[in-house]
Amino acid sequence: MSEAVMYSGAKEALGKEGLIEDWSRDKQVFGVPWGKAMMWVFLLSDTFIFSCFLVGYMSVRMATTDPWPNPSEVFALEAFGYPVPLLLIAIMTFILITSSGTMALAVNMGYRKNRKATFWLMLATAILGASFVGMQIFEWSKLIEEGVRPWGNPFGAAQFGSSFFMITGFHGMHVTAGVIYLLVVAFRVKNGFYENRPDGYKIVEITGLYWHFVDLVWVFIFAFFYLW
Amino acid sequence: MSYVAFADRDHEQEHHDPETFFTKYIWSQDHKVIAIQYGLTAIFVGLIALGLSVMMRLQLGFPNEFNFINPEDYYQFITMHGMIMVVYLLTALFLGGFGNYLIPLMCGSRDMVFPYLNMLSYWTYLVSVIILVASFFVDGGATGAGWTLYPPQAISQGTPGIDVGIILMLVSLAVFIVAFTMGGLNYVTTVLQARCKGMTLMRLPLSVWGIFIATILGLLAFPALLVSAIMMLFDKTLMTSFFMPAVSSMGIDPGYSGGSPILFQHLFWFFGHPEVYIVALPAFGIVSDLISTHARKNIFGYRMMVWAIIMIGGLSFVVWAHHMYVSGMNPYFGFFFATTTLIIAVPTAIKVYNWVLTLWEGNIHLRVPMLFSIGFIFTFIHGGLTGLFLGNVTIDLPLSDTYFVVAHFHMVMGVSPVLVVLGAIYHWWPKISGKMYNETLGKWHFWMTFLGAYAIYLPMHYLGFAGVPRRYFAMGNTDFLPDSAQDLNVAITISAIFVAASQLLFFINMIWSLKSGPKSDPNPWDATTLEWHTPDHPPKHGNWGHELPEVHRWAYDYSVPGYEDDFIPQNVGADKVPAGRDRDGEH
Repeated sequence: MSEAVMYSGAKEALGKEGLIEDWSRDKQVFGVPWGKAMMWVFLLSDTFIFSCFLVGYMSVRMATTDPWPNPSEVFALEAFGYPVPLLLIAIMTFILITSSGTMALAVNMGYRKNRKATFWLMLATAILGASFVGMQIFEWSKLIEEGVRPWGNPFGAAQFGSSFFMITGFHGMHVTAGVIYLLVVAFRVKNGFYENRPDGYKIVEITGLYWHFVDLVWVFIFAFFYLW
Repeated sequence: MSYVAFADRDHEQEHHDPETFFTKYIWSQDHKVIAIQYGLTAIFVGLIALGLSVMMRLQLGFPNEFNFINPEDYYQFITMHGMIMVVYLLTALFLGGFGNYLIPLMCGSRDMVFPYLNMLSYWTYLVSVIILVASFFVDGGATGAGWTLYPPQAISQGTPGIDVGIILMLVSLAVFIVAFTMGGLNYVTTVLQARCKGMTLMRLPLSVWGIFIATILGLLAFPALLVSAIMMLFDKTLMTSFFMPAVSSMGIDPGYSGGSPILFQHLFWFFGHPEVYIVALPAFGIVSDLISTHARKNIFGYRMMVWAIIMIGGLSFVVWAHHMYVSGMNPYFGFFFATTTLIIAVPTAIKVYNWVLTLWEGNIHLRVPMLFSIGFIFTFIHGGLTGLFLGNVTIDLPLSDTYFVVAHFHMVMGVSPVLVVLGAIYHWWPKISGKMYNETLGKWHFWMTFLGAYAIYLPMHYLGFAGVPRRYFAMGNTDFLPDSAQDLNVAITISAIFVAASQLLFFINMIWSLKSGPKSDPNPWDATTLEWHTPDHPPKHGNWGHELPEVHRWAYDYSVPGYEDDFIPQNVGADKVPAGRDRDGEH
């Protein structure tokens, strides 16, 4: 088998052959920019961080001797005179998922080199993200006002407050970092910073990967912390 | 393929060489300089940890002689010794040091994919080291919780360093993990995406494979340590009860309730066991290259070696609770984890057999790196066999927390990787510095270290069988221990001081070599891998001059019949080799 056939004539095959071809290729395994490959690996590592947080939370929830507070009651908001369970959380989740939609549109517009649309869609994503963080601040202050602290709370097991502040805090930091990241890239898109770069607007997609990840993590936090 | 690989776009890039002293040597983004910075820092903290171990041995060998070592100090010594050696020395040296130096050179890249991030990784690592060392000087001193930092004891009254030391330790670990992540992402992406033309994954030298898989383990295992460090930090500073059950400490209720100390152990060992292989896999890889080069023979079973590394890496994530047989787990867990633990022996044994079979009928040159490599095979088999004892629940129970455990893990992940580190430094020293070292002094260094290490750890196995518990400040008048146990302790201490002192030979040798050593040949060992075939010696910024290398064969074409030399470098074209005479991992 001559080397020219083996290594240079790389065509895109699918399925098992494609997998083998990717991994047996010289120069690079994936046909993507370095930044994108690195973001994949980083997100894999970050997945393990959030998994450890969630498994740790579930483990203390089972270990603790005090009863666990009912999230439907703790996270209820008064609307039209009735307590609506998880009202704020539902709105927050909706906003974050919407922001994933605007992000996906921004990636698409980036590949079409529509700088203006990309900028505005990324800005919209950042604003939605910032409003999510804003609502989280509201939620935190409401709970703190009601006496929830990392070391104890009036509703039941102390681990409720500990896990809540730790996990939502860590996720909120990720969202905040994401908003800053989005804004930096958005304004660079606007200024034409990526116009003559070899990898061009692929950076928008890399930013999008991070943003979708943060969104996905929220879905798991929502399911395991608020709904359970 | 829509995306053009870097190796095909290299000529379009402009290469700027750093110009000032600061950009060249201090705030350098060159992977070789960063590697040396990592290496020097790691060796510096390693020497601190070595000093601590000598202090511990002084206390154990002569319990009543050294009044300046009190029990609190002793516990701080064991904690810091363990943590520094495992994390700040070996992890940083293998991945930050050797990983940084070897990956771009062996893959045929110009540098790591994101050099700025790489530089940031080193400086963050330095911050974590400074925080760690600072904990010696704060009020109450460093933490004395043992390197495993088990709660509740780690943050309860009576443990040294309860006020500030434990906080600094946890913060330092978190900062280290950030530093490691920045570096680790670089190493993985460089291996995957920035190789030169012709360099497939199955042509990579095993050093790169070992470092690559170890880095992946690190990226997936350190998160568990980060999370446990954050949770314990909150337990300490915010009085949360993640790990702390309701306890009464010195007659006072500290106010915790309902936490799970076992949760910490699970998180810690989910990191801790892969960590063993983060240290071991780079050593496996490097020692394979050393043995093959100095035995002038291709590595036996290259593909099997690669798959064994991958299998060990995968299995290392499902064995963690074998560190917890005496923690009060469900007994069925013990059954599961003992089984998975013993399965790891299969790929590990494959590797050992392949090293030995590589030596078999080889043209063995007993140079210093080869001596260290063969020494490694001895100590590693030794430590691996005692691992079979400790991996079985029923045998582990009586041996838990005795000197047998101390002997086992020092043999398998202390002495063995350190022998490889030393061998690797001797092997690549001519490439790094451009100078040769003194061979005779190097051999003395090897024999004193190797025999001395056996003199330290072999007797510890007997002490363990006799029931001498680990982590004790002094045995006192313990009825079940014979008096001879103390005699052995004296002998161990004397050997430990001997080994520690003999490391001076290494530093003398290297400093002499830098000052007045003879200039080395660009390829003094007649090795095949790319780093020995750089246009400049030692390699300059950008590694390859104007043209990236092109690889035509695997890394182990030694003593190929019919070829003029007894080695064919990876970048020699197929047209220069008689037909049918070259071999490749592919065939």
